[in-house]
Amino acid sequence: MAPSFIHIRDLRKRYGSYTALHGIDLDIAEGEVVCVIGPSGSGKSTLIRCINLLEEFEPGSTVILDGTPVKRGRALEKVRAEVGMVFQSFNLFPHLTVLRNVMLAPMRVRGLDARQAEGRARELLARVGIEGQADKYPGKLSGGQQQRVAIARALAMEPKVMLFDEPTSALDPEMVGEVLDVMRLLARSGVTMVVVTHEMGFARQVADRVIFMDGGRVVEEGTPSQIFDAAREERTRNFLGAVLNH
Amino acid sequence: MDILDTFFNVPVLIRTYPLLLWGLWVTIQIGVVSIVAGLVLGLFLALARLYAHPFVRGMARVYIDVLRSIPILVLLIVIYYALPFLGLRLSPFMSAVAALSLVSAAYTAEIFRAGIEAIPLGQFEASRALGLSPRHLMVDVVLPQAIRIVIPPLTNNCINVMKDTALASVVAMPDLLKQATQAQALTANPSPLIGAALIYIALLWPLVGMVSRLERRFAQADR
Ligand SMILES: Nc1ncnc2c1ncn2[C@@H]1O[C@H](COP(=O)(O)OP(=O)(O)OP(=O)(O)O)[C@@H](O)[C@H]1O
Ligand SMILES: [Mg+2]
Repeated sequence: MAPSFIHIRDLRKRYGSYTALHGIDLDIAEGEVVCVIGPSGSGKSTLIRCINLLEEFEPGSTVILDGTPVKRGRALEKVRAEVGMVFQSFNLFPHLTVLRNVMLAPMRVRGLDARQAEGRARELLARVGIEGQADKYPGKLSGGQQQRVAIARALAMEPKVMLFDEPTSALDPEMVGEVLDVMRLLARSGVTMVVVTHEMGFARQVADRVIFMDGGRVVEEGTPSQIFDAAREERTRNFLGAVLNH
Repeated sequence: MDILDTFFNVPVLIRTYPLLLWGLWVTIQIGVVSIVAGLVLGLFLALARLYAHPFVRGMARVYIDVLRSIPILVLLIVIYYALPFLGLRLSPFMSAVAALSLVSAAYTAEIFRAGIEAIPLGQFEASRALGLSPRHLMVDVVLPQAIRIVIPPLTNNCINVMKDTALASVVAMPDLLKQATQAQALTANPSPLIGAALIYIALLWPLVGMVSRLERRFAQADR
């Protein structure tokens, strides 16, 4: 049997003597939207950061993306180029205009010329609803706008999968909606997505599958209604009770 | 009147200013070549100190610490008077440039390192996540941001190098100070030395002012 689109086996990660991930197994299909939820420190960020090797995992663990093993070495930058990532803190390049932020990697990594890269960038900025801000610097934009630029920047590489690490957690409440709207659009257009989020409404509505993590393990996974309405595990129910009732 | 005749003797100054200007030109040549060489070497040292193989990293660190500990005058004399015993004979110009740029590189490396380390981790992670190579990460993302941070301390370092060019006079380099002392001997009057001092000040005062302005501007931009 061919391995799945994203194939993760026995993914373990230690920080010194502390074990952040205790052997995660996960298969994600092309076009699937997976939301990862769980308490602080449960290893959600660590899990998705292992997919593009921002964190180095333990030997013996396997991460395969569309047939290509994710590991250190010459192919690492190639694999990373296939994985888009959106961070909680945006991490836009402050010395470049919005347009240049989106154009940089396609030019440097994919070898597009400036005209092609600009065309693609403008298209994507329109798609996330900020074509009017193309020539501004990121510092002049609101948080919600910055995060949408960050999404466009990642999409410009035409990645096979988009990773989101709490993309709305640093935003003022009134800006959360505009970013989630863009993500909803992406999910509908068939982009494979792994989303770490505390937005349970979004997870319920958009996810094909929800994964609940605790203590560096996947405790439970299932469709949104299996998790949110009929969790089997006590820990899942406790967590959801705490976040949904506050 | 007496003091003016002794320290600011106009006829003496008029007679010796071509010598002083020639010395100034030599001083500028030594300074500029040393500054440029120090910048290039310093950038590579900083990158080695941060990212190279641990052994190379250690070597870079030892180099930086040793060169910051040694008086430039001692280094210059070692280069000019001791290296010939190893068969390496450098001209006075090359000796001065070597001493100044080797030391300047050590300071420059520390300035670049601080500048690079001041860039938030998120910038590195975003670049890596996009698949940028380490070279593009540096050239397109990190260094353009670090340069704003390092310009004031680098300018300060340039001022120090220009001042230290005066040490070249001990290896018979006809720089501004050397010319001034010779002119003094020639005319039996110290006015050329005062003239040289004024030329140093005229040369470096604008740079000193620039550092203050840059520091103020970047401090404001940070907010
Ligand atoms: N660089 C690091 N060094 C040491 N420990 C770390 C490091 N990064 C993460 N950890 C630890 O690993 C565990 C998992 O961290 P992780 O960031 O993956 O949690 P998380 O589920 O994303 O939490 P949060 O919801 O707070 O973002 C935590 O206990 C954290 O303290
Ligand atoms: Mg996290």
